[in-house]
Amino acid sequence: MNVVVCVKQIPDPADPGALNADHTLKRDGKLILDESDSYGVEMALQLVDKAGEGEVTLVSMAPNGEVSGLRTALAMGAAKAVLVSDDALKGAGALDTAKVLAAAIGRVEGADLILAATESSDGYTGTVPEQIAAILDLPSITFAKSVEIADGTVKVQRQTEAGYDECESPLPALVSVTAGVVEPRYPSFKGIMAAKSKPVDTVTVADLGIDSAIVGWAGAGQEIVNVEAAPEREAGEVIEDDGEAHLKIVEFLDGLKVL
Amino acid sequence: MALPKVWVHAEINENGVAPITLEMLAKAREIADTVEVFVGDAGDGIAATVGAHGATAVHATGDLGGKLQGVHVAAALAAAIEANGAPDLLMLGTTYDGRDIAARLSVKLDKPVLTNNIDIDVTDGIVVTTPIFGGTQLVKTKFAAGAPAIALFRPKSFVAEESGGGAAAVSELAVPDTGAAGTAVRTNRHVEETTGPKLDEAAVVVAGGRGLGEAAKFDLIEDLAKTLKGAPGASRAIVDAGWVPYSYQVGQTGKVVKPTVYIAAGISGATQHMVGMKGSKNIIAINKDPEAPIFGVADLGIVGDVHKVLPKLLEALQAR
Ligand SMILES: Cc1cc2nc3c(=O)[nH]c(=O)nc-3n(C[C@H](O)[C@H](O)[C@H](O)COP(=O)(O)OP(=O)(O)OC[C@H]3O[C@@H](n4cnc5c(N)ncnc54)[C@H](O)[C@@H]3O)c2cc1C
Ligand SMILES: Nc1ncnc2c1ncn2[C@@H]1O[C@H](COP(=O)(O)O)[C@@H](O)[C@H]1O
Repeated sequence: MNVVVCVKQIPDPADPGALNADHTLKRDGKLILDESDSYGVEMALQLVDKAGEGEVTLVSMAPNGEVSGLRTALAMGAAKAVLVSDDALKGAGALDTAKVLAAAIGRVEGADLILAATESSDGYTGTVPEQIAAILDLPSITFAKSVEIADGTVKVQRQTEAGYDECESPLPALVSVTAGVVEPRYPSFKGIMAAKSKPVDTVTVADLGIDSAIVGWAGAGQEIVNVEAAPEREAGEVIEDDGEAHLKIVEFLDGLKVL
Repeated sequence: MALPKVWVHAEINENGVAPITLEMLAKAREIADTVEVFVGDAGDGIAATVGAHGATAVHATGDLGGKLQGVHVAAALAAAIEANGAPDLLMLGTTYDGRDIAARLSVKLDKPVLTNNIDIDVTDGIVVTTPIFGGTQLVKTKFAAGAPAIALFRPKSFVAEESGGGAAAVSELAVPDTGAAGTAVRTNRHVEETTGPKLDEAAVVVAGGRGLGEAAKFDLIEDLAKTLKGAPGASRAIVDAGWVPYSYQVGQTGKVVKPTVYIAAGISGATQHMVGMKGSKNIIAINKDPEAPIFGVADLGIVGDVHKVLPKLLEALQAR
């Protein structure tokens, strides 16, 4: 059972986000493993563990040869990683990202299952995984809240508006997982030490056989025309509860005629 | 200048055509000469509803049974576009199936998809507005890859409005062979029982967060919601903790709600939460931390302990 996990390395969400002058997201600081992807990594490790054979390979696209997020996932237990890093990818949209990741996944031999998160924490387009599946012509199931493998089939509970659907697909397949699907482990000290020497295959767009003219700004097919602050909502009255604040709420609701 | 033709994805739920579809139809009518609908299901049952909201045609695949929407609807759309040309714009909801269909189609047509939009303007090209950084900034992006532009819209971005049109004409949207990619199937559906109004349609939403302290305390939220004939909601913190089902979650990765009143109890007001409720007409927040960001958007803020304020509030309301 070989599982490939797409892991995005993102600026720390605790830091306020910022844009470059060309409207791309600032990614020059240290990047970390997107928490959303830690669930995919954990899921993959558990599936391989259950199967009793195989390994977990990570695939990531990030600027400046960034590996800190990958090291976190390697420390959790993944065996190796493919990193695509190339200046030509600046400004890449979701479809370009998917093209690059699909090509990178193509370098991993014998992948039975590809996992990604339903959406990343910084871009949250939520389209990259399904686009990867389309490029690789694989079946896919998105929004998994549970994943099981049996007899060459992946069985998934797919979250829906009203509950969940039971879905299944023959392997190889792509599955995108929601937050909370499993409890990600903390890397152990041993894991952290071991991660330092695990192989990270760093490649460029050209290495993947992709024409750099069709990805990045050049290939995005979209043009940012403006960025502005959203209109702010004004704060109203804030009062300290003196034991009678509930009456204030009742009065407020009365005024709105919702009672 | 209006666009010649827009296609809107019709999303179907247990109650028929989903609100997001009717919302998008209202906007589509404003920006296009011809508005048509496509659906990964039988078209007859929805022709009257979408017609009454301005669509003149329904392109329907017929019942897909257990086949997944993303692959099959995208393949059908791609085939139709190849045969008959592309509409100028495809509008879909930022929903489970909407994202799958748009993503698959974008690869088939080699066109970008823009997700999470809350508005669209067609006066100078097709330009969509997308909130970023938890809704604090708005980005306007123009499609520059030719027809069709593929755009996904967040629920509640537009207001649904009937046009008084007659039933839309139903025609077949044939699904070609999808090969290996089409082999995933749905074998069963589980619908969670809910009582009271739906979270994204309720006039009153009472939402609880980690400040409640423990799962059992969510009963207070449920009781309050019931008393106010509203719906209970939640922050992601307590959904991830397993206190309540995901369907309760409000925010960036949950539901967008715009009720008359939103009551946030023990919720800090992370940007990812606020992006789902900032559009509420009135916001009441109860939090023991006077610095909690939620107070920045509240019309009435109570600095206090939810365990003290909520029971008294419930009692006062029930006494009326
Ligand atoms: C990619 C991404 C997507 C996300 N999507 C969502 C989303 O859709 N929805 C969402 O909600 N979150 C989302 N989050 C999570 C979000 O960032 C916050 O972590 C979450 O909203 C916090 O939930 P909370 O306010 O309940 O908990 P906390 O932030 O822990 O806040 C608890 C609050 O309760 C108060 N409190 C404690 N005790 C009491 C008491 N006795 N009485 C009164 N007040 C008390 C505290 O002062 C505090 O303000 C997302 C995060 C990421 C990274
Ligand atoms: N640059 C990237 N590197 C690796 N994985 C990615 C990248 N971008 C997106 N993904 C994967 O696709 C998921 C959804 O991303 P998005 O479509 O941006 O919301 C992420 O959570 C990752 O699993």
